[in-house]
Amino acid sequence: MAGSATLEAVNIDQDEGNFSYPEDYAHDAGYGLNEGTVDYISNIKGEAEWIREFRHKALKVFFAKPMPTHWASKDLENIIFNNIRYYLSKGQAPTRSWDEVPDDVKKTFERLGIPEKERKYLAGVEAQFDSEAAYSNVKEELTKEGVIFVNSTEGLREHPEIFRKWFGKVIPTGDNKFSALNSAVFSGGSFIYVPPGLKVKHPLQAYFRINAENFGQFERTLIIVDEGAEVTYMEGCTAPKFETATLHSAVVELVAMKDAKIQYITVQNWSNNVFNLVTKRGLAHENAEIRWIDCNIGSRLTMKYPGVIMKGRKARGEVISIALANNGQHQDTGAKMIHAADETTSNIVAKSISVGTGQSTYRGQVHIPRHLKGCKNNTECDALLINSSSRTDTYPAITVRGNQHSTQHEASVSQVSEDQIFYMKQRGLSEGEAMSLSVNGFVNDLVREFPMEYSVELKRLIDMEMEGSVG
Amino acid sequence: MSIVLTPMEEAITLEPTDLWLSNPPVTDFDAATPIWYREIQEKSWERFKELPVPTRTNQHWRFADLKMIRFADLAPAVPASDPASLVARAKANRPADFAAHFVFANNRLIHSEIVDLPGGAICLPLNEALATHGDLLRGHFLQETQTLGGDKFAALHGAATLGGLFVHFPKGCISDKPVLVHHFSGGESQLTFPHTLVIAEDNAAVSVVDVFESIAASEQTLTIGLVDLIADRGGKIQYVSLQNLSENGAKHVQINNTRAGRDASVKVGFINLGAAWVRNESLNRMTDNGSDCQIFSANLANGIQEYDQRTLQSHEAQHTTSDLFFKNALYNKSRTIFSGLIHVKPGAHHTDSFQTCRNLLGSEEAEANSMPGLEIDADQVKCSHGSTSGQISDEEIFYLQARGIPADDARKIISLGFLNESIEKLEGDELKGYLFSAVERKFTHLDESA
Repeated sequence: MAGSATLEAVNIDQDEGNFSYPEDYAHDAGYGLNEGTVDYISNIKGEAEWIREFRHKALKVFFAKPMPTHWASKDLENIIFNNIRYYLSKGQAPTRSWDEVPDDVKKTFERLGIPEKERKYLAGVEAQFDSEAAYSNVKEELTKEGVIFVNSTEGLREHPEIFRKWFGKVIPTGDNKFSALNSAVFSGGSFIYVPPGLKVKHPLQAYFRINAENFGQFERTLIIVDEGAEVTYMEGCTAPKFETATLHSAVVELVAMKDAKIQYITVQNWSNNVFNLVTKRGLAHENAEIRWIDCNIGSRLTMKYPGVIMKGRKARGEVISIALANNGQHQDTGAKMIHAADETTSNIVAKSISVGTGQSTYRGQVHIPRHLKGCKNNTECDALLINSSSRTDTYPAITVRGNQHSTQHEASVSQVSEDQIFYMKQRGLSEGEAMSLSVNGFVNDLVREFPMEYSVELKRLIDMEMEGSVG
Repeated sequence: MSIVLTPMEEAITLEPTDLWLSNPPVTDFDAATPIWYREIQEKSWERFKELPVPTRTNQHWRFADLKMIRFADLAPAVPASDPASLVARAKANRPADFAAHFVFANNRLIHSEIVDLPGGAICLPLNEALATHGDLLRGHFLQETQTLGGDKFAALHGAATLGGLFVHFPKGCISDKPVLVHHFSGGESQLTFPHTLVIAEDNAAVSVVDVFESIAASEQTLTIGLVDLIADRGGKIQYVSLQNLSENGAKHVQINNTRAGRDASVKVGFINLGAAWVRNESLNRMTDNGSDCQIFSANLANGIQEYDQRTLQSHEAQHTTSDLFFKNALYNKSRTIFSGLIHVKPGAHHTDSFQTCRNLLGSEEAEANSMPGLEIDADQVKCSHGSTSGQISDEEIFYLQARGIPADDARKIISLGFLNESIEKLEGDELKGYLFSAVERKFTHLDESA
């Protein structure tokens, strides 16, 4: 089905992020990783002793853990940890007003459209340029109401009484090799606290940007939403194209206290030389709800399985995931639902589209132990293959113990049917338009879950990706 | 606080390999075996020694209870002491209609009876077939090297087997009656290696049923069986394994390799009722255009039984189809593991492939693990898999109670119907009735063995 036009179509969206600025960093931890690197980062940040210890312990775990290549892509072996720079920063403190942001950083973000969005309605913006947050702003109102929205360094320094309790608890250092790496060298990211009962009306937003070649970005995010409070958090990411591989390895921990709701939205559009190896997990207490809405379009290899541990009665977890794998890309995504209390429910809906030689993988785990009652899980994964060289894999694992639960899992793989295309062509649409329409229809019910501006952007992105994919 | 729940990843370390057999478990049949067969044996033994013991990090052994594969002091089985009573038992327990009946006890043939074999068909115990039809066997005997994790078992089988049946139906040779084979095993801590090789040449049709039983009720045997099914152009094979070994300690490993050629169709059925631990591996290759494989399973797990089933539907040519339909009913503390993969290889366009696993949990302590998988590398493919776990709803029980059926009976009726859905997909009414009544029998003593 595919022509050479596909090859032209595939890179369109990524060019938007393909720009960079001269590297003039005040702080550079150099290449490679050892105890000195960790100390260097800790010194610059002026961190408390317990954080330094935490980092050193994590580094040991990182060195000790093997790569997960017994089940994961062998492409992981191409990451050379000693060729990566672990900390780069211009030395600026997070600024509170847009005018104080250095001009070139501002230019980057203007191209990404952040200030515009902020002007419109976004409540708070945190943008991370390489290792450190360069610009952050929480609307005064929110600050007054007690919302804390700061970067990781500031969070641990200024509000240890809030953040230390949960830091590294949802995702322990030793969870996997990459969470250990992040724990050793993390910098930047967002630490958010929403006080009890507060429903944050507008989404909080962050952007991540890798500017320098061979740079690894390791942001750390911790969101704590207190009893009965609600928040929506959005993150987006881009990077210019480099010749060599770049690593992004984040750890995101969410804590939803009783009756709280967290919605975490990611639109990942790294350039396709980025290894995107992210650990994301939420802890839902009684009657709380955590939703991960995840869209992966960029990167060379993404391995991301957002999880929810439903610890309190009637807690709910949900993962909604869209992955688009283009030439040379492998989107290895999925979800992990750990039921740890009675009457907990979880839902996973994953849709993937493979174009050209792209490969998309769904990997899931659902675990319901035997002492619980009334747990439910629903899993759906659908894959669409556009070209004959496209590839898709599905590997769910479901464990159910006891007779008080119900789970269902369904997966399907299909093509855009020729009949559909023919029908639309008959009505005057070009083949490309017909394909776009069809693919948009495939993900439409999920795209609607994204906030307005993202869903518009997603539709546009898919339109572009699909142009010329039929030939 | 501690909230880390990764119970499936606890480290299990195995006994060192030297606890495995230190000498090849050679059987006492090899007097007249051809040289090429000896070579296979020797190579297999070398391979067995080289291969590592499965570990938890091996995805093919995920969720498996690796403690079950410690076989420190197992020796090849010695002849059964009272073959006549076993033959009588096998005769009493067989469907009325069959083409031939063979009975093996501890790897040795103790009875053979040919009733209605079409002309040209060969049905011979393996050791005889090696001597008389060596050339027919050679191209197909243990040729499949790919496994679903049990390669160490397969290698051990290759080093030791000589018991089992060779079934060869030449071009156009058709029989709708099954070839029935009973495999008895017994004696404390003993190994048997039943082998079944079925070849259906062009447009031939054959049906084979293997029945596995223990000699006494408390046998601690380990069976390592290997079944090769080869259907050439337009050939048809139906193979059913009815496993009803001792629940109190027998372990059963069965590795099935199916190869369906051009327009061939193969049906495979696994009925697991007995044994303490079962590992079924079923590799189904559709190697030429238009081939079709259907795999069905009905498993009734009770007590602390563990049934571990791994399957691969490998589509290697165009316009191939396959369907997998597995059902597990679980009681008490039993566990089941289903891991199935559909692999559509590059170029295998126009594939239709389906996979369904349903678990009916009948107790609070039963555990069902499902890992359905898809790997699609081709175009114009229709694939789906589905997996569900649940219990009988109160409404269903109420419906039957309202019609005068006690709740306990109602549960049994529904469970039996649930499992029968797999059996119904096989061919041959007589055979289906035979399998159904075997399942039904286990339901009657479900409560006692709890």
